[in-house]
Amino acid sequence: MDSDYSMKEIVIISGKGGTGKTSIVASLATLAGKKVLADCDVDAADLHLVLEPEVLSRNDFSGGKKARILKEECTACGKCIDACRFEAIHYPPVASRTVHALPQINPTFCEGCGVCVRVCQDNAIAFEPAVNGQWFISDTRYGPMVHARLGIAEGNSGKLVSLIRAEARKIAERDELEFIIVDGSPGIGCPVISSITGADMVVVVTEPTLSGQHDLDRVAQLTSHFQIPTTACINKWDLNPEMTRQIEARLKDQGIQSIGRIRYDPAVTRAQIMKSSVVEYTGGAISEDIRSVWRNIIYALGYFINK
Amino acid sequence: MTAANNRRTIAVASGKGGTGKTTISTNLALVLAQQGKSVELLDCDVEEPNCHIFLKPQIHSSKPVNVLYPSVIQDKCTGCGVCAQVCEYSAIVVVKNKVLVFPGLCHSCGGCTLFCPEEALEEVERQVGIVEEGSSSGIHVIQGLLDITELMSAAVINGVKKSAGLSDIVIIDSPPGTSCPVIESVKDADFVLLVTEPTPFGLNDLKLAVGMVRQLGIPFAVAINRCDMGDGEVQRYCDDEHIRIILEIPDDIRIAQAYSRGEMIINVLHEYKGLFVQCLETFFNQKDPGLNTGQDGQ
Repeated sequence: MDSDYSMKEIVIISGKGGTGKTSIVASLATLAGKKVLADCDVDAADLHLVLEPEVLSRNDFSGGKKARILKEECTACGKCIDACRFEAIHYPPVASRTVHALPQINPTFCEGCGVCVRVCQDNAIAFEPAVNGQWFISDTRYGPMVHARLGIAEGNSGKLVSLIRAEARKIAERDELEFIIVDGSPGIGCPVISSITGADMVVVVTEPTLSGQHDLDRVAQLTSHFQIPTTACINKWDLNPEMTRQIEARLKDQGIQSIGRIRYDPAVTRAQIMKSSVVEYTGGAISEDIRSVWRNIIYALGYFINK
Repeated sequence: MTAANNRRTIAVASGKGGTGKTTISTNLALVLAQQGKSVELLDCDVEEPNCHIFLKPQIHSSKPVNVLYPSVIQDKCTGCGVCAQVCEYSAIVVVKNKVLVFPGLCHSCGGCTLFCPEEALEEVERQVGIVEEGSSSGIHVIQGLLDITELMSAAVINGVKKSAGLSDIVIIDSPPGTSCPVIESVKDADFVLLVTEPTPFGLNDLKLAVGMVRQLGIPFAVAINRCDMGDGEVQRYCDDEHIRIILEIPDDIRIAQAYSRGEMIINVLHEYKGLFVQCLETFFNQKDPGLNTGQDGQ
């Protein structure tokens, strides 16, 4: 192992939504040493609400192209309508039709495949990079943060997640930081896969509910497929202690290291309202739970052993 | 998905995860079934479907969801590379006249096959998930399940929606967020119920979801879960935007505990049944079908 510089990327995901990923990430941001934060929940980014980033650079994100009909050239032959597999091109509704009604492309459904552009014999479809959102490099009270805002109803979230992680890595390398802490998204699909591939560790935040357990099982299969070291903590564990024990037993069977329990505390919501992380907001027992989770993450990374 | 004329589809969605979409969609469906209505519940959260945990449907059919991807007919291919140029998703590369296909990146647009000058590509199917159908307490339940490591949630969601169409009322449980899988889930709905909680995260993600349904032009209203926790900002936002709140569920530890065990609220906490009945009445008795788009004069 390289002893002088070895940066670790930790990704917090959950399978099920709303288990407390972002609240926990905000607290880890408070606790971790030299780090960069990456909000990869680009669909519903919330980390900025707590960390109040000061934006240093603002950039457009283009995840692909979109087709646009050029009215002067279009002869309304309709070939594009038949060719589009995504049903993104239609004639306007009959009521609003003029005599020479031209097809219309709905940008929300256009996947940017370019098939319509190629079948059009009149060169009447423009095909240009679409701006799908914006991404930012910011400064927070806990160090640099890379985050993004995906445009309303835009796709390509997987590409944006990859971009945010790459930019966070650049900052970590430039500043010789110890950690990249990534706030991931719920589910097991495209943005989640983009956020975990090649990471040093995944932390799954789950809750003691049947849904939490079911969703944890699926996300565990995903991280196991990609062979990413996986740990899990149970948030609001005292909501159902029996279920907590059941999930912990299951984690053991799945070879996932359990890194702690975090109790239910209304202070989590109050901290959010005060734009604070939980460990900033309260010295109560819940903060000790979260500190313990962070110590266990470090331990699981073998961080102390390498030092 | 061709329907009886009076068929209504309500999608339950939210920007933020864990706000109570599944709780609300399953309980609404059960209330409707108990009232003798013919109702289908579509679990379109195909990455993490949870409706089955609460409704425990007897599954009676299961079928694969397949997507198309190109396969090379070797003795026709000249390695010209047109397919790779055509593909916007880098799902085909040509190296030393050899065509390599990456099925996971393919969006099934059909471009490569259409434009291959040698007709050396053919589209074949591969499975990305399954659709299961079953029944529970008079509800026809249809759920999608994305295969682990697959990316194309939208294809499975589409498969779920295609299997629907037998009932008068369809309730859709959507995935969280505001991007492609959510749009696929809600785009054909007559009405969207946006679920949130009265916290800063809940508000932020509600605004994103409102932006999405407005862009799609679908009438919507808001449901607030755990309505007495947090602050009053969500209510204020809805007032300012003229968005109607048609369901408010209190923050009750017994609801959370029933949820943790996979129990239905209206079965174990009878006092809450009225909330769901009322919400449906507001919806169905509404004279103006555009219950609220929050955009006056639209």
